[in-house]
Amino acid sequence: MKKRADIFLCTGGAICLITVCIIIMGWFWTPYDPTAMDAAAKFSPPSLQHLLGTDNFGRDIFSRVVDGAGTSFVIALCVVAIGCIAGIIIGSLCGYYGGLPDLILTRVCDSITAFPAFLLALVIVSVAGPGTENIILALGILFIPSFARIVRSEFARCRELNYIKSAKIMGAGGFRIMFRHILPNTLPVLLSTVTIGFNNAVLSEASMSFLGIGIQPPYASLGSMLSDSQSFLYSAPWYALGTGGAIVLLILGFSLLGEGLQQKR
Amino acid sequence: MIKRILAVFLATAVMAGLLCGCGEATTQSPVASDETTDSSRADQGNEITVGIAQDLDDSLDPNLMTAAGTREVMFNVFEGLVKPNSDGDYVCAVASDYEKSEDGLTYTFTLRDGVVFHNGQSCTAEDVIYSFETCAATSVTSAVVTALSAITDISAQDNVITISLSAPNPDFISYVSSVYIIPKGYTQQATAPVGTGPFRFVSRSVQENFILERNEDYYGEGAKLDKVTYKIYEDNNALFTALNSGALDLVAHLTVDQVNNLSNGYNVLEGTMNLVQALYLNNAVAPFDNELVRKALCYAVDVDSLLSLTAEGHGTKLGSSMYPAFGKYFDPALAEAYPYDVEKAKELLKEAGYEDGFSFTITVPSNYQPHVDTAVVLVEQLKAVGIDAQIQQVEWNTWLTEVYGNRNFEATVCGFDASTLNASALLARWVSDNDKNMINYNNPLYDETFAKAQASADEAEQTELYKQCLEILSDTAANVYIQDLADFVAINPRLQGFEFYPLYVIDMSCLYFAD
Repeated sequence: MKKRADIFLCTGGAICLITVCIIIMGWFWTPYDPTAMDAAAKFSPPSLQHLLGTDNFGRDIFSRVVDGAGTSFVIALCVVAIGCIAGIIIGSLCGYYGGLPDLILTRVCDSITAFPAFLLALVIVSVAGPGTENIILALGILFIPSFARIVRSEFARCRELNYIKSAKIMGAGGFRIMFRHILPNTLPVLLSTVTIGFNNAVLSEASMSFLGIGIQPPYASLGSMLSDSQSFLYSAPWYALGTGGAIVLLILGFSLLGEGLQQKR
Repeated sequence: MIKRILAVFLATAVMAGLLCGCGEATTQSPVASDETTDSSRADQGNEITVGIAQDLDDSLDPNLMTAAGTREVMFNVFEGLVKPNSDGDYVCAVASDYEKSEDGLTYTFTLRDGVVFHNGQSCTAEDVIYSFETCAATSVTSAVVTALSAITDISAQDNVITISLSAPNPDFISYVSSVYIIPKGYTQQATAPVGTGPFRFVSRSVQENFILERNEDYYGEGAKLDKVTYKIYEDNNALFTALNSGALDLVAHLTVDQVNNLSNGYNVLEGTMNLVQALYLNNAVAPFDNELVRKALCYAVDVDSLLSLTAEGHGTKLGSSMYPAFGKYFDPALAEAYPYDVEKAKELLKEAGYEDGFSFTITVPSNYQPHVDTAVVLVEQLKAVGIDAQIQQVEWNTWLTEVYGNRNFEATVCGFDASTLNASALLARWVSDNDKNMINYNNPLYDETFAKAQASADEAEQTELYKQCLEILSDTAANVYIQDLADFVAINPRLQGFEFYPLYVIDMSCLYFAD
């Protein structure tokens, strides 16, 4: 069991490292300007000049993929950060103190989960208007319940354990117990939730951009590129393949990492 | 172990696949997927399926409809006393003959015998008078309504209708063609339109389809097809995917990229769209209230390079609110008024006090791929002069209410067509108090010249005045004029008879299956 987890961790870690390195590189340097057009190079197939070929405006797909992956990555990170922090606060308070506030907040979380997350995000974005901040906000709010629920159940479990009871007897305050004693113990569960959440965030952002309400053109986003590439599926298959491949890679790394963490537990 | 890795890999691949799939899910045609050959096209019987990019959700009432896409379809349902043909001339329709008095003040129309409305009622002179009166009284101000306001008297004697004007108007007959003849007292035009055209309205399913049927009682040659179903695909990719799967018989307004990607044996015809595509600037908001800034934008945009990027060079450059189908008014020289010149643009911006550039938002209707593509290229070109433009894609409906209706925008890329075959159809909207003056263009000289042109009885003089109007628009850089798009029509190879009109319409009655 342990050995298998190690393999997952290693492959996942390696893929993540590579993708993150490429993304960071993309912030400082891409082979071409991701929005620079070149009428002479429309629909060039992959070559040494254009690693993944070019699109219908002669833009370098590799540069756009790197740039788009960077955008998706930042959005996913922010979304997970919002979800995680708010989730921990709500979850820990609910789990530790219980009572009526717990009941109400849990039900609110339940009702948010009752809607398909994507639909709610669509509603928020169509009311607030498309834009990076709005996507982050919309997805971030939707990711709170999943974190809150897991943190809450961990806190509710730990609350009854002896070491907490002794900490209480020693006179430790509520916040010290929650964040000094219980929180570190929820870390393994939390980490695998974070990796899964990250993947979902990448996919959600891609889906929203795919539908045209995410990142606005001409700026690259994996989802909108995939959407554009549809029209050229037969004449320029490298467009869809390069973009789709990037999404797979980005998600695969974190999936394996999460799987490994979960099995390690 | 390897199995697990494989499983995870497959799972993610499937997830990515689902993303791809969710676009196609909406495009599922009723055609079984294993028969996407020529035989699968809906040509069973004598009916066709046409794909369109927008719903007809403004109104079906001939006096209330505003969208070009709606008029394009309803052209087959409604007719005026005369109607335009593909050569840009006017032929008799509900009238069998007309005469114009020498002073240009009286028009006499003879009503055609045996014209029957789609609801079975026969068309009388009373219906014609009712149609003119209703049209003249609509709340939507248009060139037509303005032209009709010059009518001093309209009367009928048997089947002869006489219209008297207070002042001669050389374009009057083109307005007559826009007054669709509707039955008197019929109040359901907005939902169940009734006209005299070669096709009659059958049904409309919101955001799904719009069905027309052959008008059996048509007086003339009439339609050759039994039924035309317009299928609505508000997502451009979905429209293309449906076309490429062979489920549609005719789709107009395709881009050159889409044509290159067609793989299902369609015939492709090329015409022009008869639209004035431009980066329309809201002249009332800063910084576009400054003429220097608008001029700078014109210099900063390289239309030739834009055409080669978006349409492999197809399309006609325009320099003002006029397209080449109007040979009489169109002046190709205006297209060269602002040659591509980055330095000049920067200078003008400096003069206007925007040395460091500025940023603005281009609102684009997302269902029109050519406009979105143009906007994408514009953003890139404007970067060179330090202007940071952002694109905001909105749905067609939102565009209509927010941009067109409320004028709540900074800039937009869209196309304006002419609803009648005369210059004022394109020019009337820029008069400062016109309620369709979306860009809030306000130029007293223009208003004056346009009014003079309208009042002029001499055709040569009027043409000259309209040309002056176009020059004023160009001189003041009202908008960044771009092009009349190349219009590619993909059509089932068995369908014959397609005709391009100088108007934004598709005449379904001339189509027939060759066997």
